[in-house]
Amino acid sequence: MTSQIDKTIYSKPNPGPVVWLKSGEPMIWLNAAAVTLSVIAVVGLILLLAVRGFSHFWPKDVLLATVSYQGEERQVMGEAVDQVEVSGQQLREAGFELQGPGPFFARTLLKQGNRDFLDSDFVWLIDEQISDRRAPADAMVIERLEWGNFYGFLRSVSRDGEAIATETSSDSDRWAAFFSLIADTVAVRDKIHDIERNDIGEINYELERLRLQERTLELEGQLDPASQLSLASEREELDARYRVLQERLYVLYDSIAKHSYTAELMDGRVVSLPIAKVVRAFQPNALGLFGKVGLYLEKLWEFLSAQPREANTEGGVFPAIFGTVMMVILMSIIVTPFGVVAAVYLREYARQGVVTRTIRIAVNNLAGVPSIVYGVFGLGFFVYFVGGEIDQLFFPASLPTPTFGTPGLMWASLTLALLTLPVVIVATEEGLARIPKMVREGSLALGATRAETLWRVVLPMASPAMMTGLILAVARAAGEVAPLMLVGVVKLAPTLPVDANYPYVHLDQKFMHLGFHIYDVGFQSPNVEAARPLVYATALLLVIIIALLNLAAVSLRNRLRERYKSLES
Amino acid sequence: MSSFNEHIPVWMPGWRRFKDRLATFSISIGGSGVLVTILLIFFYLLYEVLPLFGSAQLHSDEAVPWQSVSVPAYLAVEEQGEVGLSLQSDGSGRFFSLADGVTIEALDLVTDGPVVTAIGDESSADRLVALGLADGSVRLLRHEYRITYPDGGRLITPRIEWQYQSADLQLGAGEIVDVVVRDGEESLLLAALFADGRPRITRFEKEEDFLSGETTLEKEVLRLPENALRPEKLLIGSSQRWLYLVSATGQFEVYDLAKAGDDGSLSLVDSGELFGSAAGLTTADLLLGGISLLSASDQGELVQHFMVRESGSYRLQEVRRFETGGAVITQLLPEHRRKGFLAVGEAGELQIYHTTAHRNLLSEVILPAGRGGIAAITPRGDGVLYVGQDAMQRQWSIDNEHPDISWSALWDKVWYESYDEPGYTWQSSASNNDFEPKYSFSPLAFGTLKAAFYTMLIAGPMAICGAIYTAYFMAPALRRKVKPMIELMEALPTVILGFLAGLWLAPFVEDNLTGVFTVMLLFPLGILAFAFAWSQLPLRFRSAVPDGWHAALLVPVAVVLFWFCFAANDPLELILFDGDMRRWITTELGISFDQRNSLVVGIAMGMAVIPTIFSIAEDAIFSVPRNLSYGSLALGATSWQTLVGVVLPTASPGIFSGLMIGLGRAVGETMIVLMATGNTPIMDANIFEGMRTLSANIAVEIPEAEVDSSHYRVLFLAAFVLFLFTFVVNTIAEIVRQRLRVKYGSL
Repeated sequence: MTSQIDKTIYSKPNPGPVVWLKSGEPMIWLNAAAVTLSVIAVVGLILLLAVRGFSHFWPKDVLLATVSYQGEERQVMGEAVDQVEVSGQQLREAGFELQGPGPFFARTLLKQGNRDFLDSDFVWLIDEQISDRRAPADAMVIERLEWGNFYGFLRSVSRDGEAIATETSSDSDRWAAFFSLIADTVAVRDKIHDIERNDIGEINYELERLRLQERTLELEGQLDPASQLSLASEREELDARYRVLQERLYVLYDSIAKHSYTAELMDGRVVSLPIAKVVRAFQPNALGLFGKVGLYLEKLWEFLSAQPREANTEGGVFPAIFGTVMMVILMSIIVTPFGVVAAVYLREYARQGVVTRTIRIAVNNLAGVPSIVYGVFGLGFFVYFVGGEIDQLFFPASLPTPTFGTPGLMWASLTLALLTLPVVIVATEEGLARIPKMVREGSLALGATRAETLWRVVLPMASPAMMTGLILAVARAAGEVAPLMLVGVVKLAPTLPVDANYPYVHLDQKFMHLGFHIYDVGFQSPNVEAARPLVYATALLLVIIIALLNLAAVSLRNRLRERYKSLES
Repeated sequence: MSSFNEHIPVWMPGWRRFKDRLATFSISIGGSGVLVTILLIFFYLLYEVLPLFGSAQLHSDEAVPWQSVSVPAYLAVEEQGEVGLSLQSDGSGRFFSLADGVTIEALDLVTDGPVVTAIGDESSADRLVALGLADGSVRLLRHEYRITYPDGGRLITPRIEWQYQSADLQLGAGEIVDVVVRDGEESLLLAALFADGRPRITRFEKEEDFLSGETTLEKEVLRLPENALRPEKLLIGSSQRWLYLVSATGQFEVYDLAKAGDDGSLSLVDSGELFGSAAGLTTADLLLGGISLLSASDQGELVQHFMVRESGSYRLQEVRRFETGGAVITQLLPEHRRKGFLAVGEAGELQIYHTTAHRNLLSEVILPAGRGGIAAITPRGDGVLYVGQDAMQRQWSIDNEHPDISWSALWDKVWYESYDEPGYTWQSSASNNDFEPKYSFSPLAFGTLKAAFYTMLIAGPMAICGAIYTAYFMAPALRRKVKPMIELMEALPTVILGFLAGLWLAPFVEDNLTGVFTVMLLFPLGILAFAFAWSQLPLRFRSAVPDGWHAALLVPVAVVLFWFCFAANDPLELILFDGDMRRWITTELGISFDQRNSLVVGIAMGMAVIPTIFSIAEDAIFSVPRNLSYGSLALGATSWQTLVGVVLPTASPGIFSGLMIGLGRAVGETMIVLMATGNTPIMDANIFEGMRTLSANIAVEIPEAEVDSSHYRVLFLAAFVLFLFTFVVNTIAEIVRQRLRVKYGSL
């Protein structure tokens, strides 16, 4: 029986082109294609970020090759980072003589580093001119504090000007000596950093405090000789401490200044360079899989935990991560109570009518107002108006240098709190509206006051909705950059907004932000080509942070929802 | 029982009532406070913007007696508005205090020779004064002011510094009746009108002695043609290029000083009538920067001219006329820092104008009538000093912060100085002081709408088609996965989209331009071809894929199509465009091409806007009651017919509202346009060129704008415009959506 039906159905002829066109079927397929395209775009974008971002830390092989052009030969060495096909005509117009038939020629972008010895650290090579590609096992890469990467061959190592490994020593001896010296240097550098950042930072902070104290006394007309004397003695004491530290720093600097290594460049030049500037050295071609993975993790960790180097194009992004998280936390602390109170008022206390409906629409629409408008408001109102007043009232001593009358962490958090306020209000209100009336009436009927009903019954039930609002707010705030550019973000903040000096959290300080870091490094940096991989990594990190914030909050919301499920049903 | 008491402490009703009242009170205060704060944004922006459109205000300061014999021939005020300089036509003069009129220092300038017969200056903004003497020679002086702060107070010490004393500044024989000077890096120009009615012009080339550092002047006499105009007034433009002669009858002649013949003869560049009618000239002066010539007639006309190049030759172009209300202007006082000026009328009018904004900011009759008085403006433009024939010294302070903004300056075509034609230009700052700021919103608004247009062109169809399919055709299991995935894109920071657009997509599109256009053409065709092929497959095979999974089926198809189009890029480019489409576009089509262009912005911002539109439109379509479509299907309509005939009309307000909110987002988006365009404020709809939007402009310029300057407030105005635009658009969308909700409720 079924086979009979099957036969009749399946034997139905397929539609002809005209019937098919008229059926509207093509339109359905095109609509489906729009969905497919959107999904592919999202997935492709995330994949692009992930691949480029994660691959940044993988140690690439170092290529040594011979380039022959117009009878001249030269050696090049570096990492191949990109390859494109270019039309022969374009190249000929640029003045190249080409051998091959074309019409397209492959070009390779080689990162050859050695900025201090070569014209540029990136060079485009036409593949047909490259012969004799090799990956020599003893090629080394050195990451440095200055001048970017170094590519070459290690020849000798000397401690305090005395050679401890020379060209005649075995390769492993040379490297052992090199590694141990680098480890020593890094340890000393850490100590120096610690002294400069913490101890000297504290002294500077104290000196500034004394200066302000003196200025305050002067403004109040109470700067008598006695207080001047006590200030001077305090200053003297600080100066003495500073001199001691300075002495220690000299000693430390001296101890590493004379360590050096010599290396041979790909063109045969032998150069001597200080070990004090070395961050890390390795031979990527000789590394096994495990070695590479180890190096990968090490570099990944450096990216997450270290300060940026070389105008933000190298090193880590820790201050930016810290600044982003700090700003988001502060914003959440500000926006949650205000948003919830406003929503509770609007839904539970205000008389419902035309006015509340209008306000509701207005609040809803504020979520759609461009973020840059909030930035402009923040700059004009918070920074120049409120900040200026605060400076006049509380920090007259440090004027004309503004304390709060300049963009900073507090104004950035406040501006973003204002920006995300509508999101929290709308979400909380929706949650409050979902709570059945009888629940409130039940509570009131049992003799609870309105406040008790609100606190014990309504708010707990609405907490999942509040969390939703906060999630959305946090997700939006973490990725927002345009307003922050006006109210507090800088490309390089010398210190973190939290430190060991009173009052520990410095709300008036400017801070770094991952989103702005992407914009700044990718578009304002002098060496965009060198910075590009780092920008991908930073972008990936920002996406991951936002995804994590979202996921954490979503799971929290689900748990809360579970808890109050019985009440809602 | 005890547990009850713990929860409801009936024994303390007062305390409970107090807590309840306190909660009500604080929530009401807090809640309304937050809502008021939100309104504050609107009012604060307005508060910052409003001063732009205010008129100027005059405040009369105390008048004091003029402690000199007669009305001076030259009057100037120093920077702080405390000390004035007056020179009588006989060469005597004095520095005096503005506050009480007391003489600070009496001057007798020329004691050793012929009497002073004319006094002229370079421009009112400069403190270089030329004295024309009865023997046809000229002496130059500069009035300088030194500010010291002895014991806390400010002390201004004025002094006269003679210039080029050693040089022989003899212009001719006879008495000088009018003199002008123009000093530059390389040469000094003097022009004087002699008693015989003829002007004499002499250029002094400066030569600096390298050893002593002294400057010596080499004289070059410039000759006007015999039949040159008998002028009433001589004027020299700031670059020492143009010499303007204007006669009492309103005739003018312009000579090119840079193109003098070997014998110093000057050739006529342009001549004509200043007022276009038979009106007589009352006064003429150069605006700040020395490019514009302002002239007033006895018929109450007030005209601005400057030199304009047209097909290789220059002419003096009338640029704008100012409405004087019939006042006959007798003295013009150009401001020292801005392109504005004050005009003194015959009947005692004091008027304030701004040229770029084409505004009359103030017009009051406060001066004594008659032509005898003289006025001077303070260098900061915040005060005016007037000495009348009634021997009184009157002062007013002027409150005129933002004369340079007007509706026409913001939105209309404006003919800026040194431009060949009127245009829309945004250029807010430059390195030199006498720069004319160009605050035209038109290119920015155009850029904003251009970006939004290309965005909506890409995002609108994609999002709506996607929403239609997801809400109406897609299998529920798939929908549950697809919807969050697309909405995930909304959480993606726009800075990341912008960075990818600028650093990855823009070079990619440039390299694969042919591929991009191939995709646009081939992608829909390829999908249709696949769909038709699918429909021709045996049903047994087709039914293996359940209904509503088309989209999943299309994933490999789409990937293959994309791969094919970009793989075919190079060969196609070679065949069609000789290997380089970009070059072909610029050379063959004559369209300029930027790497960061509108196409890139459209795609990148489209990605940001798609989830917004998609999400709202999808909700609207999905919440169309099922029984409506069931009814249609039961009557024999195909599902496509049902969609077009029943579902879409019902959901159209929701779709519209989604589009509006998407548009609002596209208009206000900052980071993507900042990073994915070149940010040049041009007015060109070309898809291969960039733009500068209002929002990006704010982000770029406001950190550098001086607080409370016109520039700063104009940027606030830009923010206010954005605020209003998005607020209105969103309100419309919201109202439409609420209507829709009510409608569904009734179904």
